[in-house]
Formats: sequence, C-alpha cells, structure tokens
Amino acid sequence: MQKAYKKYFAVFALPTMIAFTLFFIVPFLAGILLSFCKFTTVNNATWVGTANYIRAFSNEEFVNALWFTIKYTVVSMITINFFAFALAYALTRGIKGTNLFRTVFFMPNLIGGIVLGYIWQLMINGILGHFNVTLTSDPKYGFWGLVILTNWQLIGYMMIIYIAGIQNIPTELIEAAQIDGATRFQALRYVTLPMVMSSITICLFLTMTNSFKMFDQNLALTAGGPGKSTSMLALDIFNTFYGRNGWEGVGQAKAVIFFVFVGILSLTQLYLTRRKEVES
Amino acid sequence: MAKKKSIALQEVSRPVGRIMTTCLILLSFIFMIPLGLVFINALKNKLYISSNPFALPLAEMAAGFSNFKNGIEKTGFLQAAGNSLFITVFSVLAIIFFTSMTAWWITRVKNKFTTALYYLFVFAMIVPFQMVMFTLSKVTDILSLNTPWGIIPVYVGFGAGLCVFMFSGFVKSIPISLEEAAMIDGCNPIQTFFLIVFPVLKPTVITVAILQTMWIWNDYLLPKLVLSSDYQTIPVAVQYLRGGYGSVDMGALMAMLVLAILPIIIFYLLSQKYIIKGIAAGAVKG
Repeated sequence: MQKAYKKYFAVFALPTMIAFTLFFIVPFLAGILLSFCKFTTVNNATWVGTANYIRAFSNEEFVNALWFTIKYTVVSMITINFFAFALAYALTRGIKGTNLFRTVFFMPNLIGGIVLGYIWQLMINGILGHFNVTLTSDPKYGFWGLVILTNWQLIGYMMIIYIAGIQNIPTELIEAAQIDGATRFQALRYVTLPMVMSSITICLFLTMTNSFKMFDQNLALTAGGPGKSTSMLALDIFNTFYGRNGWEGVGQAKAVIFFVFVGILSLTQLYLTRRKEVES
Repeated sequence: MAKKKSIALQEVSRPVGRIMTTCLILLSFIFMIPLGLVFINALKNKLYISSNPFALPLAEMAAGFSNFKNGIEKTGFLQAAGNSLFITVFSVLAIIFFTSMTAWWITRVKNKFTTALYYLFVFAMIVPFQMVMFTLSKVTDILSLNTPWGIIPVYVGFGAGLCVFMFSGFVKSIPISLEEAAMIDGCNPIQTFFLIVFPVLKPTVITVAILQTMWIWNDYLLPKLVLSSDYQTIPVAVQYLRGGYGSVDMGALMAMLVLAILPIIIFYLLSQKYIIKGIAAGAVKG
C-alpha cells in the first residue's frame, strides 16, 4: 500500500510543497539571514553580524512595545478566559434562550480586526468625549480600549470551546458528586474544572498567541498613539520596516526576536498546562 | 440521549433560571451596542458623528443614505467587495483541495521525509506573519503575484501549516481497511483519495473552510503588502479611507463599516450551526 502511494508524490504533495516552500520556507530562511544584514532591498544586503539585534534591543520603542504587549497579553488572557468560562457555565445550566445567547456572544468574532478597531474607536471616543479626552490622550485609554476590544471579540470563541468541554463531561461524574453531597461550588471546583482542563489549555494558548500577535486592531484603534506608546510588537515591527529608511535590518531582527518569543511562549504554555490535564 | 432525570447540580431552579435569563438578555444588549452604534451613525450627517455619537440620526442630523453613496464612490467599495469574495472563495477551495491531499499522503506514506515534512508544517503554525512579512512581499514581487489570482497560491502556502495539521489529525483516525478494500476493487491512489477518503473528511473540511474563510476574508496585511494598489480588499479599503491624508470622512467610514459587517452577519445567521460546530471541533483537535 505504502509503495503504491509513494509514487504519487508529485500529485498529492508537490503542489502544496511548492507553495509552502516559496511562500513560507524561503521567506523564513531569507528573513533569518537578512536579520544579520544591512539592506534596503533584498539585493543590496551586506553582512553586519549582530549589529541589528543590538540596535533592536537598545531601541526604546521596541522595549516599550514589548512591555506593552506583555502587560496587555496577561490582562486579556485572564479576563477573556474568566468571562468566557463564566458564560459557558451559565449557558450549560439548562436555562431558556441558551442558543440565542450563544449566537449573540459569538458574533463579534467573525468581524475583522480593522473593522473592529474602528467600531470601538467610535464607541470609546463617544464615551470619553463626555470627559473631554480621546483614546489617544493617554496610553492607559488605549491599553484598556484594546483589552475591552479583544474581550468583546474573543469571549464568544472561547465560550464555544468551554461549552463543548463542559458538555463532554460524563453525566455520571456529576451524578456521583451529587450523591456524595457536593455543593454546586464543590462540583464546579472538583469535577467540572479538572474535567475541562484540556479546554482551558486550548483557550489559554489561543488567547495568548492571539493577543501577543495582534496587529489589525492595534493599527485601527490607536495606531500606536499617543506617539508610539500603545504600539504592540507587531505594529512596531511594521513601522520599523516601512516607516524608517535604513532600519529594514533592525525591523527584521525585531521580527526574529518576536518569532522566538512566540515560539517559547507557545511551547512553555503547552508543556505547563498539558501536565494538569485529566486523562479521560 | 434521553434525559431520564434532571441532575440538580447541572441545572438551576426555575426562579434562578429566570433571573439568569434576564441578566443574559441585558448582557446581550450591551454586547450589541457597538454594532448598533455603527448602524446609527452610518445614517447620520458626518458633522455630528464625532460630537454626538450616541444621538439618533433625526431631524437635522439625518443623512439618509448619502454616507453610503459617498463611501462607495471614495473607496471603490463594490470592486473591493468583489475582490474579497473572489480571493476568499478560490483561496479556500484551493487550500482544501491541495492541503487535504498532502495531509493524507504524508500520513499514509510513513518515512523520515514525510515525518520531517509534518513537523515543518506544524512549525509553520507558530511563526508570526511579521517574521516573513518583508521577505514574502519581495518573493511575490519577483514572481509578480500582485493580482487576485496571484495571491491564491500565497494563501495556500501560508495556510498549509494549520490545514495539513488538522487534516492529518483526522486521517489518522480513518481505518486503513477502507482504503485497502478500494485498492482491491481496482482503485488507483487518486481514485481512492477522491472517492473514498475525501467524503469521509467532510467534517474537517467544514472546520477548515470556516477557519480559513474567517482568516482570509478579514485579512488586512497580506493583501495590503502583496496586491497592487489597483486591487483592494474590504479591510484594505476601510483602512485606506481612514489612513488617507486630510480630514477623515466619518460618515463614509461608518457606512463602509456597515457594508463590511452586513455580509458577515448574514452569512453567520445562515450557517451558524456549522460555524459553531466547526469551531468547537477545530479546537478539540488543535
């Protein structure tokens, strides 16, 4: 069987591989190479060693963007997962209108980041207008604006995953807890939560990478303002590439650093939460 | 499954249920305020949007549909919508067609090469777009892929990671005896895949299609960097309206936001059953 299939490499795997090589592998490797070069286009690159990395780390905007991104990611991870789980728990208690609520809460997720950004810009500026300030008056407005925006966008998505997790818990387990005289809170703490640990892993992972890599919403909501104080990493990298002549190499170095961060975060998170999962 | 007895810990009593429903109705309204606000302001004279965003578009504030007319003309919205639709539909079809074949092949042919390939695809999933942004746009420049046709293979290459991973996960659960039977009946591998395997993959196809549609339809950066300025997609057109020089036409912006949101909401309400199922299934496998 394997032998029969093997000959069909050109039919089954080659087209995808060509696209994957041209549009992922080549740009990825070239990106790593160029992060050690000074260049304005790909043709005039000259080797400069680690100079770009040193410039990236001594670039105040980059360090600021890194901190902003970390703070924002931590806050949104916690809030999104808390609210999403609470909603999922409420919507699995057999109350009326469950399907309708699920539909409503999920809807924002389908709207693209650019459009979301402008929706919330209107909304938040409308409220802040009463106090004679705007979103870009102070970085803290931009920060909380982004947190609220992502909560609105992602709560529904995570809620769907938590609902699936809660519904997969065998009824007998809850029944047994009830017979043992567990209170509602104890059942939640000692049965439901451990049983949905895999959903929690997935949701933490998804919210973390989503928040950390966010670009569109950031660009549309504040575009980094005031100044560059609310630029997240992705936006800072974009601006370094396309906003400043002679900084392309630094932009690429920042992108590599960004990639390493995302990679490390993804792996640790998976490792840490996988250990807590209950085999079922 | 028949519900024989209700379990008290899983359900709430009727009065509590009523309170919860009321709270959730309230929350749903709050959730919809931002969308409602955009719809209201799309019908408002642009001079009043920034100063009175929460007022209804009545009396002198009413603008009828002039914002829509204005915005469509300024951005070439209809053409952008056509481009978005074309790119999304054909990229998703191409992604499903090519990555499902690849996933099946690398799962069934087990050797060092296919294993390495599999991990390469998984690796691609965690690489952020900014890492390849600059170099990718140079590659597409060199190959002159700056048209709606040209961007399709780019989406196949960039979407391959996640899709191959998801299809592979499902292929592993298909019993190989199915394919052996097909071979004995005289199917070649191509027939086996399209007649036997592909129909079984349907649930994953739906999940992949939904995830990729959401991604490509809403994608801003890739079309912005790859397509020439003659071909805008909806997100690019919206951002263009805002990012241009001079004062922003808030009325046109609001109208364009409405036009960007409407098709998504209609699509969602028509197929929400599949979307919600697909998301849940995708997450369980991821």
